[in-house]
Amino acid sequence: MIRFEHVTKRYPESGDAVSDLSFELGRGEMAFLTGHSGAGKSTLLKLIGLLERPTRGQVMVNGRNLGHLPKRKIPYHRREVGMIFQDHRLLTDRSVLDNVALPLVAMGLGHKEIGRRVRAALDQVGLLRKEKACPITLSGGEQQRVGIARAVVARPPLVLADEPTGNLDPELSREIMGLFERFNQVGVTLLIASHDLALIAALPYRTFTLSEGRLVRDVSAW
Amino acid sequence: MQKRRPISRRGRGRPFRVPSVWLSRHLQVALASLGRLVRRPFPSAMTVAVIGIALALPGGLYVLTKNLEALSGSWDQSAAISLFLRSDVTGEQATALAGRLREHADLEEVRLISPEDALEELRGQSGFAEAVDQLEENPLPMVLALRPTGDMVAPEALDRLREELTELPEADFARLDTQWVRRFQAIVNLAQRGALLLGAVLALAVLLVVGNTIRLEIENRRSEIEIMELVGATPAFIRRPFLYTGAWYGLLGGITAWLLVSLALLLLQGPVSNLAALYETKFPLAGLGPGALLSMLGASLLLGLLGSWLSVGRHLATTEPR
Repeated sequence: MIRFEHVTKRYPESGDAVSDLSFELGRGEMAFLTGHSGAGKSTLLKLIGLLERPTRGQVMVNGRNLGHLPKRKIPYHRREVGMIFQDHRLLTDRSVLDNVALPLVAMGLGHKEIGRRVRAALDQVGLLRKEKACPITLSGGEQQRVGIARAVVARPPLVLADEPTGNLDPELSREIMGLFERFNQVGVTLLIASHDLALIAALPYRTFTLSEGRLVRDVSAW
Repeated sequence: MQKRRPISRRGRGRPFRVPSVWLSRHLQVALASLGRLVRRPFPSAMTVAVIGIALALPGGLYVLTKNLEALSGSWDQSAAISLFLRSDVTGEQATALAGRLREHADLEEVRLISPEDALEELRGQSGFAEAVDQLEENPLPMVLALRPTGDMVAPEALDRLREELTELPEADFARLDTQWVRRFQAIVNLAQRGALLLGAVLALAVLLVVGNTIRLEIENRRSEIEIMELVGATPAFIRRPFLYTGAWYGLLGGITAWLLVSLALLLLQGPVSNLAALYETKFPLAGLGPGALLSMLGASLLLGLLGSWLSVGRHLATTEPR
C-alpha cells in the first residue's frame, strides 16, 4: 500500500527531516511509527498525504507514484487517504455532522447519501447522539473521535494518524486504538504516528522507529 | 503502475452523478454565500454601499446625458435655415425663388417672410414696439425660412445645403440655426465620454473593493480552506463559495446603484418639471430603462465575479503543498 524508496525531504531552514528512507507497508496492514519529536514522523505522513513533496526518492501509495501525480490530481489522491491529527482540526463554527460531512461534500455527493454515510461513521465512533453538537462543547476524546469519523467517512483504503492520542489519558487512548483495530479488521491500512511507547508495546503491531529522519528499527508484529 | 481504483474498496463504486446534483450543489453554494453575507449585515452592507455609490456615479451621469440627448433630439427636429435675400430682390422674384426651392429635394417647407411681416412680428414682441415705431423705413430684408427634410440631420449635409443656398444669385447670406444645437451636442458627447471614463475608473475601484473584501474573507476562513484541501476538495470546489460571494456583492451593489439613481431622479423630477413649465413645455425625466438597468446589473455582477476571481487566484494559491 505504501512504499518509500530512498526518500529524502530537506527543508531549507532546518535540513533533512527525512533522509534516505526506504520501507514498505502492505495492504491491510496496521503499523505504528514512533520516535522522538522531530524524528520525522509528521514529515513522513505529510509525504504520503502529499502535503509535502520529497526532495529525492520515490513515494508509492496504492500503486501510484506520487512523484508523477500532477497537481490537479492531488485532491483525488487525498480522498483515498484519511488523515487524523493530534489537534483534531475541526471547524468550530459547524456542527459535528457538518464536520464529518466535509469529505463527502467535497466529493460532491447528494444530500441523502451524505446524511446516511455520516451517521454510519458517527455510529462507528459512538457519537451518533452528538451529531448536532458543536465540536468545542465536546471532550478531547470525543473531538478526536469526530476527527476519526471524518477521516473514515469516505471509506478510504488508507488512514494516517499523527499523534491521535497525544492529548488523551491512557484509557481514552486505548479506546481510540480499539477503533483503529476495528477499521483494520475490515481491511483498512493504517499508519499511526505516536510516541506513546507504553501503548504501542501493549499492541501486537509492526512498529517503525525513526531517529533523526532515518529508519532505525522495523519490528514486525510479535 | 496500477490503475486508479474507486474510492471505496468495499463494493461501493463512484457515486452516480447527474447534472441536477451538480446544479443543486451550485444553488446550495450560492445560497450559502448569500446567507454568509446576511449573517454579518453591517460589514456586508458597507461593502455593498461602497460598490453601489461607485456604480451610481457613472450610472447617474449616463442617465443625465441620456436626458440631455433627448432634449437636443427634440431641437434637432426644428433645425432651420434662414435665407436672407439681397435688398434689391423684389417681392415677385422672392416668390418665384420660394416656388423653386419648394421643388428642392432636401427642403420640406419654405416660408416667405416679407419685411412687413417681420416688422409686425418684431413689434409684437414686448419692448420692441416703441423702437419699431420710431423707424422711418423698414430695414428688414426679405427672408425665406427653410426647413430641411427629416433625414437631413448630419451637420455636414446641412452645411453643404447652406453653402448651396448662399450661392443663389438672390441670396445675401444663409444662417443655419443649428449651430448652438451642435455645440450642445458636443457638450453632451463630452459628458458621455466623461461618463465612460468615470465608469472605467470606478469599475476598477469596484474590482479592488471586492478583491480586498474577498481577500479578508479568505484570511478569515483559512483554517476551513486548509481542512477542505486535506479532505480532498478540488481547487474549483474551494474557490466556488468565494466567487459566489463576489458575484453577490456585485449584484447587490448594482441594485443599490439603481436605487440611488432612481432616488436622485425622483428628487430631481419636481424642479425639472417646474423649469419645463416655465418654458411652457413638459419634460419627463427618463430613467435607466430596462435595457440599461439589465446591463448595469450584469456589469456589476461580472465586476464582483472578476474581483473575487482575481483575489481568489492570488490568495488561494498560497495554500498548495510545497
